[in-house]
Amino acid sequence: MPDPLIRIENLYKVFGTAPQTVMDRVREGQSKDDILAETGHTVGLKEIDLTIERGQIFVIMGLSGSGKSTLIRHLNRLIDPTEGKIIVGDVDVMQLDQKELQEFRRHKMSMVFQRFGLMPHRTVLQNVAYGLKVQGIAKKERETKAADWLETVGLGGYGKQYPMQLSGGQQQRVGLARALCTDAEILLMDEAFSALDPLIRSEMQDQLIELQEKLHKTIVFITHDLDEALRLGDRIAILKDGELVQEGAPEDILLHPATDYVEAFVKDVNRARALTVENVMKPPVSRITTDTIEDALKQMKGFKDDYGYYENEDGYQGIVLQETLEKALKEGTHKQIRDDMLEEVPLISPDSALEEIIPETLGADYPLPVVGDKGELQGRLSRTSLAEVLGGE
Amino acid sequence: MADSSWLTEFPAMDRRDLTGIKKTLDTAYREFSREYGDVIESLFDPLLHFLVWFEKLLIQTPWWIVILVVTAIVHLSARSWKLSVGVIIAFSLIGYFGMWDNTMRTMSIIFVCTLLSIALGIPIGIAMARSDRVQAIVTPILDVMQTMPAFVYLIPVVMLLGIGKIPGVIAVVIYAIPPVIRLTNLGIRLVDKEVLEAATAYGASPSQRLWSVQMPLAMPTIMAGINQTIMMALAMVVVASMIGVKGLGQPVLKSITNQYFTLGLFNGLAIVALAIIFDRVSQAYAKRTQKHMEGLHNA
Repeated sequence: MPDPLIRIENLYKVFGTAPQTVMDRVREGQSKDDILAETGHTVGLKEIDLTIERGQIFVIMGLSGSGKSTLIRHLNRLIDPTEGKIIVGDVDVMQLDQKELQEFRRHKMSMVFQRFGLMPHRTVLQNVAYGLKVQGIAKKERETKAADWLETVGLGGYGKQYPMQLSGGQQQRVGLARALCTDAEILLMDEAFSALDPLIRSEMQDQLIELQEKLHKTIVFITHDLDEALRLGDRIAILKDGELVQEGAPEDILLHPATDYVEAFVKDVNRARALTVENVMKPPVSRITTDTIEDALKQMKGFKDDYGYYENEDGYQGIVLQETLEKALKEGTHKQIRDDMLEEVPLISPDSALEEIIPETLGADYPLPVVGDKGELQGRLSRTSLAEVLGGE
Repeated sequence: MADSSWLTEFPAMDRRDLTGIKKTLDTAYREFSREYGDVIESLFDPLLHFLVWFEKLLIQTPWWIVILVVTAIVHLSARSWKLSVGVIIAFSLIGYFGMWDNTMRTMSIIFVCTLLSIALGIPIGIAMARSDRVQAIVTPILDVMQTMPAFVYLIPVVMLLGIGKIPGVIAVVIYAIPPVIRLTNLGIRLVDKEVLEAATAYGASPSQRLWSVQMPLAMPTIMAGINQTIMMALAMVVVASMIGVKGLGQPVLKSITNQYFTLGLFNGLAIVALAIIFDRVSQAYAKRTQKHMEGLHNA
């Protein structure tokens, strides 16, 4: 059920000395370059409408200059918009005065920065506790809490070090712990992992996913890396030149790019890694839901295939061939479908990435059954559908 | 011919008019100082009392206690045996060559001037860093303060307050305060934008930002400014002695007028010794407060 937490409505941002004067041109749809050439104003964001649901990881993706960092800074008003509304929960952020805004930043949102933004003169522990210090929480209390979070991100023994003594990955863990320490509902992550090398980056992504499973924060994550976006995002919004190009679930973006720009973006993505079985499987047709051979053969008459997926109240059991059934009926020794009549094929889980199941799928004689946690048949995956998706068109 | 003389000679103002201007200004200022001189002087009374008290304290304390205390301070802030031993030797030589009292006087006035410069300079520097308009106004004033020959602003100060310690302090502070102001401003403006942004994003108020991020991160630069201020204050000691500030400057002044080379040299060397001690101590202290910057070697 949709539970919107952040709403951005009709947001515009123009940089320059007198932004209001060029708003008409922006609304008329003059190009960014023309406006810059004629008025010296830069259009940062144009007509952004977004809804971010509670508990989602919402990824905003774009290349440098696309306005993604500008957009995230509007959420806690590090940058003020030229026009538009930002509503968080039931708070209209634009209506807050200086004091209210401070309170809002202290309790509602915390932020992780691309280049960490740690204070070099404070120890790691003091850095993590900074948000609480700003709130005026007593030293002992805030440092106990900070130590807990430091433990959670895997830096238990590092409290007394200074940030400069840590590696980049460790520093960003400190940044993450600092953000989590204030218990803010919303986490803003501005290219948080972009400055890290690839191995550390994927480690941090794993850690974020793991934490999110426990914490259920609402995370707004900025990145220029589509693989990262696909990996983390529940929803992805793609920005280009300050405009929202497409917004949707990762597989939507991947399988149905809205414009040529998105398509060009998506082209190089490793689909085998980005897509899961669930995204590409076909619905489970050819189901045999009866126990007797005779009824099973009757059911099978309606199928296109000469086999079926046998399922009883315990869930999926195996594939049964028309041939086997007919033979058993002729012999007439028993009326029930027995285990020894079933073909053994590998089962695949709906959550597996495609790359994990390529060998099984290619090696199988039948489309593989996709079976959920409770043993229920959710769908099937054939060599052809796999090839279609991985092959692009 | 007479008409074209402006081509060869600058069409200067009439000499009588010029004298008139000078006279008017001089008279006006003289009257102002006669009228308000006493009031203004009395404003500085607390400072004068402190100066006198501190100078007396330094002179009347037995020499070995002074050496002990100074060495202890040096050692606590710099943690260097070499420097501490150097301090003991320097002070012993100063005392042995009969310059003890003057050195104490100079130390006390330098100390007070430095404190005053810091107390005034840092807030001005902070104000400059916060507002471009304040910066645009203060910068040219600082330029004037640094380039105007000291003797020129000594004149109005002496006219207003007479000769003595207070005008000396004012002259020294005017000369020595620009570095601390400039470098406070620069230091705060150079603070990493992302760190400042992080503080803002966590809801820090402007004063929390100033004290928890800007000042600590600007501190190395500010300390460099304070160091420069101390050095410039020491350099003013001789000039200040011309308006009656007692200390190492007066013997130097005397030796210039009487061509006593050795006297000048000894007192000059004593000033140099003080300068080196002040410089090393303030630098070592600044460096020690930045120990977190030492980086990766024990990570």
